[in-house]
This record gives sequence, C-alpha cells and structure tokens, in this order.
Amino acid sequence: MSVAATTPRFKANVHEALHDLRLQGALPHARNFIGRRADAAARLPEFDALRDSARAIKDHTLAHLDLYLEAYEKKVVEAGGHVHYARDSDEAVAVILGICKARDAKVVTKGKSMISEEIGLNAALEREGINAVETDLGEYVIQLRGEAPSHIIAPAIHVSRDDIEADFRRAHRDLAPDRDLSQPEQLLGEARAILRDRFLSADIGLTGANFLVAETGTSIIVTNEGNGDLTQILPKVHVVLASLEKITPTLNDVAQILRVLARSATGQDMSVYTTLSTGPRRPGDPDGPEEYHVVLLDNGRSATLGGPFAEMLRCIRCGACMNHCPVYHAVGGHAYGWVYPGPMGAVLTPLLIGVAEGGNLPNASTFCGRCEAVCPMRIPLPKLMRIWREREFARGLTSPFARAAIRLWAFFASRPTLYGLAVEPAMRLLARIGRRRGRFAWLPFAGGWTRGRDFPAPQGATFQSRWRAKSGATR
Amino acid sequence: MSDSQAAQAQLRVGLFVTCLVDLIRPSVGFAAVKLLEDAGCAVIAPRQTCCGQPAYNSGDRADAQAIARRTIESFAGCDYVVAPSGSCAGMLARHYPELFSEEPDMAIKAAAFAAKCCELTSFLVDRLGVTKISARYAGVAAYHDSCSGLRELGIRDQPRKLLAGVEGLRLVDLEESDVCCGFGGTFAIKYGELSDAIVARKCDKILASGADTLIAGDLGCLMNMAGKLQRQGRAVKVRHVAEVLAGMGDEPAIGEPAAEAAK
Repeated sequence: MSVAATTPRFKANVHEALHDLRLQGALPHARNFIGRRADAAARLPEFDALRDSARAIKDHTLAHLDLYLEAYEKKVVEAGGHVHYARDSDEAVAVILGICKARDAKVVTKGKSMISEEIGLNAALEREGINAVETDLGEYVIQLRGEAPSHIIAPAIHVSRDDIEADFRRAHRDLAPDRDLSQPEQLLGEARAILRDRFLSADIGLTGANFLVAETGTSIIVTNEGNGDLTQILPKVHVVLASLEKITPTLNDVAQILRVLARSATGQDMSVYTTLSTGPRRPGDPDGPEEYHVVLLDNGRSATLGGPFAEMLRCIRCGACMNHCPVYHAVGGHAYGWVYPGPMGAVLTPLLIGVAEGGNLPNASTFCGRCEAVCPMRIPLPKLMRIWREREFARGLTSPFARAAIRLWAFFASRPTLYGLAVEPAMRLLARIGRRRGRFAWLPFAGGWTRGRDFPAPQGATFQSRWRAKSGATR
Repeated sequence: MSDSQAAQAQLRVGLFVTCLVDLIRPSVGFAAVKLLEDAGCAVIAPRQTCCGQPAYNSGDRADAQAIARRTIESFAGCDYVVAPSGSCAGMLARHYPELFSEEPDMAIKAAAFAAKCCELTSFLVDRLGVTKISARYAGVAAYHDSCSGLRELGIRDQPRKLLAGVEGLRLVDLEESDVCCGFGGTFAIKYGELSDAIVARKCDKILASGADTLIAGDLGCLMNMAGKLQRQGRAVKVRHVAEVLAGMGDEPAIGEPAAEAAK
C-alpha cells in the first residue's frame, strides 16, 4: 500500500508551511545548491552537450525498454541474482516481505531509496515486526522524527541542527545526558557509532539504485556517506529496490549520465562514492552478500511509454528542479503532500496517484521555467504540468468557478469587436473608482491577489479605443 | 533619418498591445509605438484581444486555439508582430506552433506567424540594431528579468543595453533578478497566498538593491511587484521598460494616482 497523500489539501499545507517559523528558518538551505550547481556547470565546457547526450541515452533506452529489461534480467540471473517484477506498491512490498520471511529477518538496514518511500516500505516492515533502519544521515534523522523526506536528495533539509540535537537526545537514551552535541561533527559521530552496530547486526540490506546496467546486470548507487556500501556489503542478503526506468544500456552510458548527475544535484563533480554491485558474493570474493535480489517496480510507469509523460521517465532524481523552484523555496517539500516534491513531483505525483488527487501540484506553478532550464535530462517540466491541466480541464476536474471564468474570458477574447464593447466601459468605470488612490485594496473575485497586494487601477480608456480615436480609424 | 532607418521605414510592424496594457496601462502601448516609430517602423495596431495564454495555461486548449486563430488572422499583413511583453511574445513565438501540433495546416501558419513575433526590446536591439535612444530619467533603477522573456526568448541584455543609454538613469544590480516574482497569471489569484509569499521575497531584494525605481518588461509582473510594494508602503516607483525608454518616465508610476487626482 502506498503512502496516503495530503495533496488535495495543498492550499492548507501551504498556509501551514508559510506560518511555520522553524521551517521557514531552515528552507533557505535549499538555495545553497543553486550557486554550487552553476559553478560546477560553468567549470565543464561540455556540460550542455552532456545533457543532450544524457537525454538521448534515456530516450533510446525508454524506446527499447522491453529489450533492455530482458537483457538486464538475463545478466543478473547469470551473476547468480534474482529479479522480481512488481506491478504496483503492494506487489513490491509483498516480494520484499517474502525475502525477509525466508531469512527470518529481524533487522533491515536501508540505504536511501525514494522508491521505498513510494511503496511505504518502512511501515509495512514495522507491521510485520521487522526493524527498518535508515542509514543515510538525513533519512535517519527524519525516521527518528517520524517524518517523510522533504527533498529527494536532502531528505532532512527542513530540520535545523538544534532540532537534530533534540531528536538525538530523545532517541539515544543510553548515552550520557550531559554529552556535548553542539557541533555538527559530534552529531555525525554519534549517528555513526549507533549505525555501525546496526550495519553489523542487520539480516538484510536494502538499497535503491541510480542505475541498473543492462550490459552487465550491475546496480549502481551514488552516495556521499558510504552508508550504502555498508548496507549492501555486510548483511547476508542485498535487496535492490528500483523503478524500471533506472535501466541504462551500458557502463559507458552510465559514465556520461554520471557527469551531469552530481553536478546538477549538489554541484560536486562526482559524488563521494559510486558503488557497483553485480550479483551475490562469488567464490574468492573478500566480501559481499550471499543473496542478491532486484525488485523492479512499475507502478504505472510502463503505461506512460509512448505518451507525453514518457519524458518524465528520463528523470535521474538529482533534485535540481526543486533546488531552483520558487514554490519549493517558499513552502518546502512536505506541503506537496506526497512522496515527490518540487516540479518533478508536480508531474510525477498525478501520474502515480491520479490527477484527481494530485491535481493541485501541476497547477501550483508560475511556469517560470527555471526547473526546465536546469534539468540535466532536459525534461520539459512546465509543458508536462500544462498537459495535466489540459487533462483536468477535459475531464471537468478544474474548479467550476475557474472554468466558467476562463470560458467567459475566452468567449470575448475570440470576438475582438464584442470584446472592445465589453471592456471599454468596464475599464472607464474602474478607472473612475480607482482614480484617487491609483489602486485598489480590494477587488471582487480577486481576494487571492488583494489579500496581500494592491491592484493598480486602469488608466481609463483602453489603448485600442485611444489609438482608434487618434488615428481616426473606423474599424 | 539615417539611411538604415530609411530602409526600415518600409517595415510594417503590428503592435500586439497585450490585454493587460490595453486594459490597465495604455501608456505602455503608446511608449512602444513611439519607440518603434522612432526606429523608423510603420506601426499598426489591428483590432485584437489577448494572446490566449490564460486559457492555454488553464488547460483550455480549444479556447486557446480559437483565440490564436483570430490573432494570426488579425496580424496577417504585418512584417513583424511586436509585443511589449516577454510573456505574450513567448506565447506567440513559442507556444502557438505547439498549440497546433496536431493540425498540420494550422501548424505551418502558426510557425510562419511565430517567426514574425518579437518582444519589444529584443526587436529594437536584435532585429533593428538600435544602439541608442534619446530619453532622460532621473533615478536609480533595478531591472527584473521576467521569466518567459528570459527563458523562452533569451531577453536579458537587450533592455539593459537600451536603458544604459537613458540619460540620468543609473542601473544597479538586483540580487536574484532572474527569480520569478510569483505572478504566474491566474496563479496569482488561484494560489494567492503562495504568490504573495514569493513576491514578498522579491520586494526584499528590490529594497536591498537601493533602487528608487523598479523596471521590467512585463506588465503582469510589474503589477504584482507594484501591488506588493505599495501594500507594504514602500516608495519605490514601478515602471515598464518601454515607458522609461520612450521618455515617459514622468507619468504616474504603476498603481499611483494621476497627477491631477492626487491633489
């Protein structure tokens, strides 16, 4: 079962987020990525050419996804691993629970995985009495807080250092209460010591994947903390959980996409760790799991192939779109109400939970286009959001008032003469009313605007009537 | 009139006024006419309404197409179609062809029309090669890059180049000048609280720049920023770039009462 969405109450979420002083204090951190990404891109003259190349690689892969999935599966099996296809969240959860039960697993350590959030894995494991332990520092922090990630690569970006200290003191009761946790390094050291025990006691290690390589059957994770490596190497079983668009044909293709991934995400040339796993431990290997499973989640993705939303399947989850989004900057990730925030979430969420529930997100955009401008995979995010709006409009999901207003406006706007007759007296009247102040503090039907802003009064007669009067035109 | 201007006198330029300028601030339209005529163009303003963007961005494709057909027809006889707005020019030049992607005959017409469409400052600088205009404006100004113009049409240097030639005007840096002001058309009303939070941050940046005047090339964004600054009680004057370039900088700024009304 996937996670319940609060997306339908997006406006209320926005209101809460805007009045949450702690959140507002933490949100500026997301902007730190902007300059770093710009510098990283500027340092690499071929950055834009690489973006084109990365897009072409993914488009090609998606056009032949069936072939690459089969090739990938064959290679995983050859290496001694297992591939499980899951049509939806329930199937993916069932497969993972099955693997856990076969091993009588009590503790599952986890590397960072947004797909695990999408399928609601932690709650499902806990229901079965299995202890799921997040090992990415940010994920560990929000797990302690009982929260969901608010950013796809910086899950705890909404949490301040002070909050983390309080969380650690509350959760790590065995440690000396008077210990010094004033420095970030001390918090890191404490988490590291606690997680080290978990790594060693885990029965199963579960990671996501940034790439699944068809050529070799390899899963690749990109991390900065090394927690993913300990998660997948130490336990007896390694489970890779990924959605099927992570398939990439060759290692050479991966190398190209890697060159835009970290630069777009954090502004690093490369992430600290890029770890490749191919099957379980072979005879003679110094380490590695005894069992290697890959759970491939579809969850509606294959149905988008061949349609406009297939472009969304190019997404490599770098987070650049949300790092540059004025809406994300204003309210943070939780307000979006489901798993994926920001512009990528605004396109993906309706795809995964339906536009009836997720419809607020593609509407809550100014179409400023900054997301598309920085997307390493050149996904036309505003265009895809607009397609959602068209589908809503076609299905009658647009609010009746907005629909009536647009249609009324369009009726006049496609009839210039009638339009001129209608707007001229209206503007003259408004100009007369607003003449003394030059602006309105309140206007009917525009409360959303005038609650926080004035609205300029018209100058009077319209341009067109003045122009025609001036040039003596009769039409 | 120089030789190059004489050659350009042949150019028949259709002014796409934009609905906001037509309704709210006609002086921007007349400023555009002056700039185009000074550059040697013959300006016409056929009967028109709106580019259709509100319908297009609300998912009402059929109505957007109907409006687009009318617009393309209305400007049939023009060499160029110029709009004092990056957003509306972006709609004409970038989105009209997309709007008819499933109607080959119309798509060809829309593409030919789109190729003639241009935002005002980029038309003056990129197409006509205007390097100098004669205008005066006493003030310290910050320039905001409206999103569609910046990212759909690459408008960034053109208005600044022209403003650099305005006597008495000093242009100062505006931090995050390329970040959205939160207007977004119907977004500003539908998601008013969010829009308001975004423009509040924009206003902080404008005040921090030390400018006494804010200039931009899109009336929607200008109305949004002016409305917020005025609600906050700030004295910053908000003006459209065309008005400043046309020497109409002594008109009441956006949201200010007409001179005789203020007395």
